[in-house]
Amino acid sequence: MAKSHARMITIEEGFFALFLTVIAFVCLIIAGKTFDQVMAFHTGIGALFAAAGVFYIFKNYFEGDQQAVPQEIDGKPNYNLGPIKFASVAAMFWGVAGFLVGLIIASQLAWPALNFDLPWTNFGRMRPLHTSAVIFAFGGNVLLATSMYVVQRTCRARMPGGVLPWFVVLGYNAFIVIAGTGYLLGATQGKEYAEPEWYADLWLTIVWVAYLLLFLGTLWKRKEPHIYVANWFYLAFIVTVAMLHITNNLTIPVSIFSTQSVIVWSGVQDAMVQWWYGHNAVGFFLTAGFLAIMYYFVPKRADRPVYSYRLSIVHFWALIFIYIWAGPHHLHYTALPQWASTLGATFSIILWMPSWGGMINGLMTLSGAWDKLRTDPVLRMMVVSVAFYGMSTFEGPLMSLRAVNSLSHYTDWTIGHVHSGALGWVGYISFGALYCLIPWLWNKKSLYSLKLVDWHFWLSTIGIVLYITAMWVSGIMQGLMWRAYDALGFLEYSFIESVDAMYPFYVIRALGGALFVVGALIMAYNLWMTVRHGEAEEADTVPAGSLAAAE
Amino acid sequence: MNETYMAVAGFAQTWGLLYFMTLFGIVLAYALWPKNGEKFDDAAQIPFREE
Repeated sequence: MAKSHARMITIEEGFFALFLTVIAFVCLIIAGKTFDQVMAFHTGIGALFAAAGVFYIFKNYFEGDQQAVPQEIDGKPNYNLGPIKFASVAAMFWGVAGFLVGLIIASQLAWPALNFDLPWTNFGRMRPLHTSAVIFAFGGNVLLATSMYVVQRTCRARMPGGVLPWFVVLGYNAFIVIAGTGYLLGATQGKEYAEPEWYADLWLTIVWVAYLLLFLGTLWKRKEPHIYVANWFYLAFIVTVAMLHITNNLTIPVSIFSTQSVIVWSGVQDAMVQWWYGHNAVGFFLTAGFLAIMYYFVPKRADRPVYSYRLSIVHFWALIFIYIWAGPHHLHYTALPQWASTLGATFSIILWMPSWGGMINGLMTLSGAWDKLRTDPVLRMMVVSVAFYGMSTFEGPLMSLRAVNSLSHYTDWTIGHVHSGALGWVGYISFGALYCLIPWLWNKKSLYSLKLVDWHFWLSTIGIVLYITAMWVSGIMQGLMWRAYDALGFLEYSFIESVDAMYPFYVIRALGGALFVVGALIMAYNLWMTVRHGEAEEADTVPAGSLAAAE
Repeated sequence: MNETYMAVAGFAQTWGLLYFMTLFGIVLAYALWPKNGEKFDDAAQIPFREE
């Protein structure tokens, strides 16, 4: 009965099958012997995912194409789009979920009864779920999808490997599931934006190294001699995030059967490493990666080359060399020596230059094509995104100054600042990129409805404005109330009085968040309809069968 | 401890500054070098040269 096969199992398939089998068994053993219920749950999930991975590798081997996937079809590169499709759908799913959790916690602050007095739905556990869902799950999948697309197109080469791209995309999303459920069950390192526990961190390290190899491998195979500037930003994002993640998560597990771990850094060194990590998560995850999106998708959509390629080179090197020093401004008035936090603030001020250089480069790409803003809501979204980038990178250095920080720190002003960057810059450039990418990936002529994009744009813009203005007012009010003294030198207000005064602003903020969620739901519907019912692109622009082969 | 700080600060304020300025100079020279202009104009067209 033995059926002869046209091809041997590849080294890559064999390696991943073996590796995932080992992971599955290790997970099973830990799940069986652990005393920690969260660990049992997570290793159970891990064993299941790893086993499913092995199953699909062999299923593909026995049932899939018996020939090796061609690198080119009719002289055109045979781009690998399957993993990109998965990542862009995952981005939309996690985006809606993450925005929704944000709306819930915003409402909890206005109406604390919504905590339901349950540990799992408590603000303290839901808040990291929100931040990680929007930054790492939504933003991360947008970065995976766009980076794999951009690097293939601008290098005119297919990504290397067959299992590797899927391992990166699925492995990253498995990390998201482990991290997210962990927060709700109470497993956390308690470090902002680095909450996942040691085993999740280890897994992410493996996936991230695979991602780096995949990206470098595509660059290695490139047919285009020059490496386009967007790829430089993606590469900086991947390399730096690897470095930050490893340094900030050098933990020693209490036991291999425990979710708990202890960090090797102590005291203020730990705080400094954490904020070196934290600020560069902003600088390299939320800035460099999304600037790469700007440098590819804005020129593509506007149908004009970037305003100044020379400026983009200066922008790149200046940004990566300066950003890495800005972290200490998070630790003004702490045990950190004053010179260190002054250093951080100084570099933050210097950052004005590359940030605005990049913003000008993005905006001026439209020079001579400004009329497109009136007719194309997708391009409008991306341009407003770059404007928000300019606004929040102006505000950030200001807040890093010790005098301003003494008013703004620990208040809602910080939350407002973060969200003008997150909703305005990161959110809008991602929406713009997905609105471009989905029709390209599924070979559709255009989006299902530009009218709906218009609705999305205006609803969420009003939402963002409500959000950030409410937080500015509430934050400055909070800061002023905390520092108010009466004639006798006593504090004017108790803490709870400042909390009470914030109620109306919390309601306005929740309203702004609700508008943003509605906008995202409209977007999800629009993209769904584009994939299901959009008009197919002309047959001659894409070689027949290339999509099937790319799967 | 204080001596360590002085040494590090002294190094940063002289050689560190010089290092940054030199790097910046190199980047500027590379980006603005007239001979590179053609190469960069060509590179800016890469997103439109696909398929």
